[in-house]
Amino acid sequence: MAVPDPVTDSAAPLRPTYAVRLLNWSTWAVIAALFVVSVRQTGFSLDGISRGAVDFVRFFGRLAPDWTALPQIWAPLIETLQIAYLATIFGTLLGLPVIFLASRNTTVNGPVMWVARSILTVLRSIPDLLYAAILAPILAPGPLPGVIALTIFTMAVLAKLASETVESVDPGPLEAIQAVGAGRNRMIVYGVLPQISATLTSYVLYIFEINVRASVVIGLVGAGGIGNLLNRYLSFFDYGGLGALIIVVFFVVLAIDQLSVWARSRLI
Amino acid sequence: MSHITFSDVEVTYKGGLKALKGVTLEIPRGQFVVIVGLSGAGKSTLIRSVNNLVVPSRGDVAIEGRSVTRATGKDLRRLRSGVGMIFQTFNLVKRSSVLRNVLAGRLGAVHPLRGVLGVFPKSDVALAHDCLRRVGIPEKAFVRADALSGGQQQRVGIARALAQEPSVMLADEPVASLDPPTSHAVLRDLKRIAREDAITTIVNLHFIDMAREYADRIIGMRDGLVVYDGSAEDATDEVFEAIYGRPIDEERDLRGRT
Repeated sequence: MAVPDPVTDSAAPLRPTYAVRLLNWSTWAVIAALFVVSVRQTGFSLDGISRGAVDFVRFFGRLAPDWTALPQIWAPLIETLQIAYLATIFGTLLGLPVIFLASRNTTVNGPVMWVARSILTVLRSIPDLLYAAILAPILAPGPLPGVIALTIFTMAVLAKLASETVESVDPGPLEAIQAVGAGRNRMIVYGVLPQISATLTSYVLYIFEINVRASVVIGLVGAGGIGNLLNRYLSFFDYGGLGALIIVVFFVVLAIDQLSVWARSRLI
Repeated sequence: MSHITFSDVEVTYKGGLKALKGVTLEIPRGQFVVIVGLSGAGKSTLIRSVNNLVVPSRGDVAIEGRSVTRATGKDLRRLRSGVGMIFQTFNLVKRSSVLRNVLAGRLGAVHPLRGVLGVFPKSDVALAHDCLRRVGIPEKAFVRADALSGGQQQRVGIARALAQEPSVMLADEPVASLDPPTSHAVLRDLKRIAREDAITTIVNLHFIDMAREYADRIIGMRDGLVVYDGSAEDATDEVFEAIYGRPIDEERDLRGRT
């Protein structure tokens, strides 16, 4: 079969049609229009920064860390890390079966895949902060709503990321294992898991990083951990404690991120 | 009674491509059959209809009188577990050890839960080691599959199929990714094992001299139909030219040379 030769087979390079060019221009026009509307309606203005600058400096001055607050910080900080850790474990365990139901090459059938994907889309479209804000008053404030909120987030995000990985595995071994007379589950364990395990672990570590940061924030809405303390320092104007807390959180999160990045770099 | 029976098998793929247009064949037990033909002639489709990886749209394929085409679920898996298959691209799980790849051949035979947990009976592990011995690479059991050469990987593929203790072996272009000397070595192994265990074997091959050297029977396919069916001795150059639809000359060499 002859391969078409681009040099001899076409006289001149094809210009984009007018329709395509019009589309390009109108895309830029829409982006610009949205920008203008957003600036107008939010009343965005750099004046706010200059006017706030004085307060800003004064505030930072007061943030000078009061290290006597340290003993108060450790326990909720550890609780925050534990919330993130538990949510990552639970979310991974719950997400694993969903990954395979949501992947074209390992699902049971079309309708099951559609249901699995739809559930994931709905779960993912709600921010974790919202889950925590809804769950905290229902379940009583504390670590539990935090763990549940981040578990849902972990499950939904992991299943979405990993199902794309599952769909791109080499189909050869799957065919071979099917030919041996094995069913779907054995095919997944023998054919798919070994191919995705490194990537999967890397995703789980990455989601753990995100969960650590998120678990600081969701504490603000009553979901346990260091966020509770943060909230208290803010409402009691305890800027010394706040300064110490921010510095401690910064270094702990940084350390976990670096550790996770290092671990992930060793995987592939 | 024939071991494998194709009755008027037709395969139409989604999109309307007709890969097989009515194939009827009887293959007796223990025969070593080589299928030749150009790419797209329907060789791979024919082979995959034997273990129902491709489902015929009409007609029927039966092993020992039991229909594979109409089998579903557990029955189909049981039939498949008696049919070994090896592939052009070996289809090993590259990140797993050689032994684990060979043990995958037992997945159709062991209890599903054992398979999922990876706890194989001692006898199965011994069988896997034995299969590696028979293909000449017993020392590679604990090496990762992607650390092996192409020829060694295909031997692992054969060992995996052998671990099924199959009565039928399918080989889809098993040497197309290998150099000629390795190709001959792999085909020799395949033929020897087929003899020793009386395994009915169907092999797709591109190369004429290899087909002549190893086949008990050659089946020529063209455009979804069987156009030649006879012994290796009767398959002259003229026969091959008819199958391939073009002359065999030096420039378009269709032979594999050692």
